Amino acid sequence: MNIALKLLPLALFVAIAAFLAKGLSLDPTQLPSPLIDKPAPEFTVARLGREPGDPSDGDFISQDMLGQVWVLNVWASWCGPCIAEHPYLVSLAQQRPIPVVGLNYKDEPGDAQQWLARYGDPFAHVLDDRDGDVGLDWGVYGVPETFVIDQSGRVRYKHVGPVDEVGLTQKLIPIIDQLQKETS
Amino acid sequence: MIPELGHFALILALCTAIILAVVPMLGSFTGHSGLMAIARPAASAQAFFVSLAYACLTWAFISHDFSVLYVANTSNTSLPLVYRISGVWGGHEGSILFWCFISALWTGAVAVFSRSLPQVLLARVLAVLGFVSVGFLLFVLLTSNPFERLFPVPLDGASLNPLLQDPGMAIHPPMLYLGYVGFSVAFAFAIAALIGGQLDTATLRWMRPWTNIAWMFLTLGISLGSWWAYNELGWGGWWFWDPVENASFMPWLVGTALIHSLAASEKRGVFKAWTVLLAVLAFSLSLLGTFLVRSGVLTSVHSFAADPTRGLYILLFLGVVVGGSLVLYAFRSHRLNSTATYELVSRETALLLNNVLLVVACAAVLLGTLYPLFVDALGYGKMSVGEQYFNAVFVPLMLPILFIVGLGAMLNWKRDKMKGRSGPLLILAVLSVVTAGVLATQLLSFSFAAVASLALAIWITASTVFGIVHRIRNKRKRLSAVMHTPAAFWGMSIAHVGLAVFTVGVALTSIYTEEQTVRMEVNTTHTVGGYTFTFAALDEVRGKNFNAIEGRFNVERDGADVGTISAQKRFYDVRRDTMTEAGIDAGFTRDLFIALGEPLEGGQAWSVRIQTKPFIRWIWLGTIFMGLGGLLAALDRRYRTVSSRSKAAKTSTGKAKSALDSMVAGSMASTATATDTPRSSGA
Repeated sequence: MNIALKLLPLALFVAIAAFLAKGLSLDPTQLPSPLIDKPAPEFTVARLGREPGDPSDGDFISQDMLGQVWVLNVWASWCGPCIAEHPYLVSLAQQRPIPVVGLNYKDEPGDAQQWLARYGDPFAHVLDDRDGDVGLDWGVYGVPETFVIDQSGRVRYKHVGPVDEVGLTQKLIPIIDQLQKETS
Repeated sequence: MIPELGHFALILALCTAIILAVVPMLGSFTGHSGLMAIARPAASAQAFFVSLAYACLTWAFISHDFSVLYVANTSNTSLPLVYRISGVWGGHEGSILFWCFISALWTGAVAVFSRSLPQVLLARVLAVLGFVSVGFLLFVLLTSNPFERLFPVPLDGASLNPLLQDPGMAIHPPMLYLGYVGFSVAFAFAIAALIGGQLDTATLRWMRPWTNIAWMFLTLGISLGSWWAYNELGWGGWWFWDPVENASFMPWLVGTALIHSLAASEKRGVFKAWTVLLAVLAFSLSLLGTFLVRSGVLTSVHSFAADPTRGLYILLFLGVVVGGSLVLYAFRSHRLNSTATYELVSRETALLLNNVLLVVACAAVLLGTLYPLFVDALGYGKMSVGEQYFNAVFVPLMLPILFIVGLGAMLNWKRDKMKGRSGPLLILAVLSVVTAGVLATQLLSFSFAAVASLALAIWITASTVFGIVHRIRNKRKRLSAVMHTPAAFWGMSIAHVGLAVFTVGVALTSIYTEEQTVRMEVNTTHTVGGYTFTFAALDEVRGKNFNAIEGRFNVERDGADVGTISAQKRFYDVRRDTMTEAGIDAGFTRDLFIALGEPLEGGQAWSVRIQTKPFIRWIWLGTIFMGLGGLLAALDRRYRTVSSRSKAAKTSTGKAKSALDSMVAGSMASTATATDTPRSSGA
């Protein structure tokens, strides 16, 4: 066997090791959204009624939100991590006077209403995206995901996975405060 | 006090490991017998100190010493004793200490059982093992000290992850580690062979039982993990191609290639450089697996805390160990010439083909596992590689492997003639396909994939039986021929039948599983796969450290009672975690699987996942056969005779005499083809 062939395993290993080294500085849970700093997809979707047995509560039109900073949280009653995340959303809605909009993603309206009754309802609007059409436009990768949208309707931040203490106090709230300052 | 003692023992272990890694290796180059003689006592001392440290940590768990940070993070007063003991390896710090513990035990075992090896070889083997130990002990002491104190001392701990509070999960990591670390022995032999520039039959014979045992542990460890996932995760699946699963499966694939290549090298003197490369790769992949699991580079359902410092350390260590070994391989392996020849139609060819296929399969798994990382590192965004890729790539590779397993078992070493063989081969092949076709169409609904898999499983079994018959038929005293058939042969046969059983399980489960997720209230019934499930009762149950809601289901088939299945949803007290404890009615030919999903309408009804899974037990039954085969092969008398014989001559001190030892060991057992003569140690 010639030496080039003998060096092949070493070469492959060096290549893999280089990628692994690069991988150490990457965070696999950080999913950058192609939407960052781009105009958020516009949509009109039915609002979910807040009482059990009340399936619909008019339409939500995303352009209506222009002029204010708002948060879009993608959640579902079938999503386990959403339960862990929920107290922080409740806390966010209490701490900052901005609309937190819940996109109820691929869910049954009845399940969603019960879930909110059980864990608390921080949402200004709950949007019924039972077919996942809106989620598709927003490039939802998994549930939960949280977007921050600025006054001009651009997506400024995306949080993947459940928001926790650190995510709330060190990411979401500072970003929201920063965006609110931008206009005033 | 006890934790400090453990910490101190760990530091002493590091010191002895450094001595073990350096001094005997120096001695082996200078020919200084006194330096080399340090290897064995140093290995024993290291085993002692690491065991002491491990015992101290175990004591901290048993005695609820929450002043130790690691104990406070992973244990709790309400945790049963058995899980306090298994909790020692339930978190990051402890599991790395556990790795050191196993590694120290393996090293100590090599020191004890390998006295008859030439002194130079033994010195180098133990030094390499010592070097690996240094790496892991430093890792523990620098980045993951399990003895770190916590002040103020909490009244109670945070408790063990409930996923790990299961008998299967409690012994799954030790099994995996015994396998991973076990490959370090074959690795050390390979490195010693590369340094010395020779790999003789006696050394190869030494490597075989060690590698077989490591492979057995890895087989059983992976199998347990799969069994656990099936019972605990509540998805009804048994393999998910998750990065962490792949991390253990890759060394297994290469390890499987290694035990076969070792057999060919030992018996026939072929593929020596290839064997050495496989030994290096098997251990490298074990280290890579550790890196992937511990560094948080990949996301996985197995939630391990990610820590870049730890990742960087393991990567550096990986670079030194694997990079160094492969450099050594590139420049030294040409000296490991294979002297024997073989022809195209021979068992060697079959083994080589399967070896290559196994390595290709491993490369495919590696590519799929690391692909998201490659894409991310190159800046092309995030992506994940799913089951579709793995199944699409892996299954087509497995089919020829299964075929060649049967073929190889029927061919002779060195050369064989297709002329005399093609008759029985053809008959067996036709018989397999026909039997499979009849079975699949009569007992199940027809599916091409099912017929193909069944045919391959029957083919392997038939060729194994053929091999046994062939071995005995020509002997005059058949009974004594059975008795004198070596354990290694029985081991191989059992493992191959295990592979056949495994194939049946995988194929029939994946093709014929029926699954439905339905909304059920108490006293309603639902029918899946011919079984009628009645939701009989819903109760609250109190366990030692959890509350559970338990659904009981009565099962009937054609009006006959099959049994009762209880499925639980558990809520653990301390960590506030929810766990699905699936209810399974296990059977030889089918499992009935029920998992409680979520409560609907405030607990009036539940979403219930019901599955019927034909032959799923055969998957784990097959792996038990494989493990048993590996064990039996390792216990072959041939390996033991070498050690008992050489014990008689073990009093050697000088290098000339130790070289003589190895000659004795080498020549006495060489029934067939000891083509290499062991060189004297200084040469």
